[in-house]
Amino acid sequence: MLAIDARTRLGALDLDASLDVAPGTCVALAGPSGAGKSTLLRVAAGLLRPAHGVVRCGEHTWLDTARGVDLAPERRRCGFVFQDYALFGHLRAWQNVAYPLRELPRRERRARAHELLERFGLADRAGARPAELSGGERQRVALARALARRPAALLLDEPLSALDARTRAGARAELTGVLHTAGVPALLVTHDFAEAAQLADRVGIIDAGRIVQTGTPSELAAAPASAFVADFTGAVVLTGTARSGERGLTVVELDGGGVVSSTDEVRGRVAATVHPWEIALEPPGAAAAGSARNRLAVDVVSVTVVGNRVRVGLAAPQPLAAEVTLASVDGLRVRPGERAVATWKAAATRLVQHS
Amino acid sequence: MTRGRWFSLLAALALAAALALLALPLLALLLQTSPAALARSLGEPSARDALWLSLRTTTIALAVILAVGTPAAWLLATQRFRGRAVVVTLVELPLVLPPAVAGIALLATFGRDGLLGGAVDVVFTTPAVVIAVTFVAAPFYVRGAQAAFAAVDRTLLEASRTLGAGEARTFAAVAVPAALPGLVAGGALAFGRALGEFGATLMFAGSLQDVTQTVPLAVYSRLATDFDEAVALSVVLVAASAAILAAVKLVVDARD
Repeated sequence: MLAIDARTRLGALDLDASLDVAPGTCVALAGPSGAGKSTLLRVAAGLLRPAHGVVRCGEHTWLDTARGVDLAPERRRCGFVFQDYALFGHLRAWQNVAYPLRELPRRERRARAHELLERFGLADRAGARPAELSGGERQRVALARALARRPAALLLDEPLSALDARTRAGARAELTGVLHTAGVPALLVTHDFAEAAQLADRVGIIDAGRIVQTGTPSELAAAPASAFVADFTGAVVLTGTARSGERGLTVVELDGGGVVSSTDEVRGRVAATVHPWEIALEPPGAAAAGSARNRLAVDVVSVTVVGNRVRVGLAAPQPLAAEVTLASVDGLRVRPGERAVATWKAAATRLVQHS
Repeated sequence: MTRGRWFSLLAALALAAALALLALPLLALLLQTSPAALARSLGEPSARDALWLSLRTTTIALAVILAVGTPAAWLLATQRFRGRAVVVTLVELPLVLPPAVAGIALLATFGRDGLLGGAVDVVFTTPAVVIAVTFVAAPFYVRGAQAAFAAVDRTLLEASRTLGAGEARTFAAVAVPAALPGLVAGGALAFGRALGEFGATLMFAGSLQDVTQTVPLAVYSRLATDFDEAVALSVVLVAASAAILAAVKLVVDARD
């Protein structure tokens, strides 16, 4: 179990967060930039000392400011993968991996480094310098290096963000396997919900130094606690002012025009969120039919084919997106510049307080 | 003339003028002597003594500068502490100090009636040459090394720490290699400055053949008596300086 509890001020950031990560599980930390995600990782690794805080890993205490315990980073057994990998440019790939293996005799060090590189499919790149490696190869060398010391915890700071989209999918699948077999607590900073959903068992959302929601990726998608969480999970976020409507429904007057209803009972300034796949498109002027209570006249802004689906960007005038099938796009006249009506159920509309 | 070309032309003219000014005296120096005269002059015992003394004192001074200056520059580059600005200024002061003032200052410290009360009586000895040369040349290295260390990506140092290396190993195995081009350049600058040191050495150590008379002092003392030997020694200094610059270029380019 990796347990982090930190309170500190750092420039504009007022961090007050605590987090537990069970062995063999991965917790993803997400949040707006400057919210304190990386700061929390640095506290865990000992690269940053908080004013008050406790960091425990298993039965070892790495930091306890109240008792004056503060282990140096080199004495905390954690594997840290940096955002830009921080490989040593003057060392070859295998020497980078061998760097943490100082306790081993020279011969064994080399053998173990090669063994690790082989595990990551880099056996033939062992002699290359970081500058000669591709982004994906650098990421794997960094991972192999972080694992070399058999860390008691893994800390990963946006480990896939430096990769291009094609490499990322493969690297993500590979990382899932690595986190699984490592069997240690893993804490991952990410800004990509799909990444969090695939890699992490639980997601913690941090905003302005506070953890505002934790849960499984599907819990977050189903019941976002804030507009940021909804946006992070890929949901549509529409801001407006809520008042009570008929039959127990809440009516939201959207900023910029339009009205939507929700079954949630929240009043005042709200963010109404809905998933793009809940939104259907109808031609303008079609008679209201069926159970969808929310009907917004929209302009089609963009049409993007994603596999067998189409993501249609809309303006109401607040931006929203609908995900529909290829067939329905062909049937309707869905093209940028055309008008349409976006419809979805009040029961699929989540409301959260919004400032 | 095409529009906008006039400035490139002006810059080229400026470069030509600078080259003429800088290279002409060196060319004149080489034309003053012939290989035969050069060999004959350098065969003189006094010339050989000066060359040998310069090599010894400069090497020792450089060793001291590297050993003390490298960790000191690392500290200045990575730590924030009270009075840091004052320390940096003190370290850099000899850079702008007139050599004669440096000589007086050293006499006031190590001289018979100096601050140390003659506890270390080194005036007019070879150690005095080393002290003078170190005093004058060290800031060139420390400044360069400090800038080179400050430019090292801090996440490399943090990565090293999370990989189990303490501060000392991080310094030796990550910071120094990462900053090496800058360290080499700073070292070469200091070496060149040490080799040419004249004023402070003359005042603090004197100009005694085989004891304190380094090549620049020998050049000066031969000026009136044996111009050929002065020229020959000067040519050696020019060659040594050019070799240092070329070596640094090679080292730095090989890393890029």
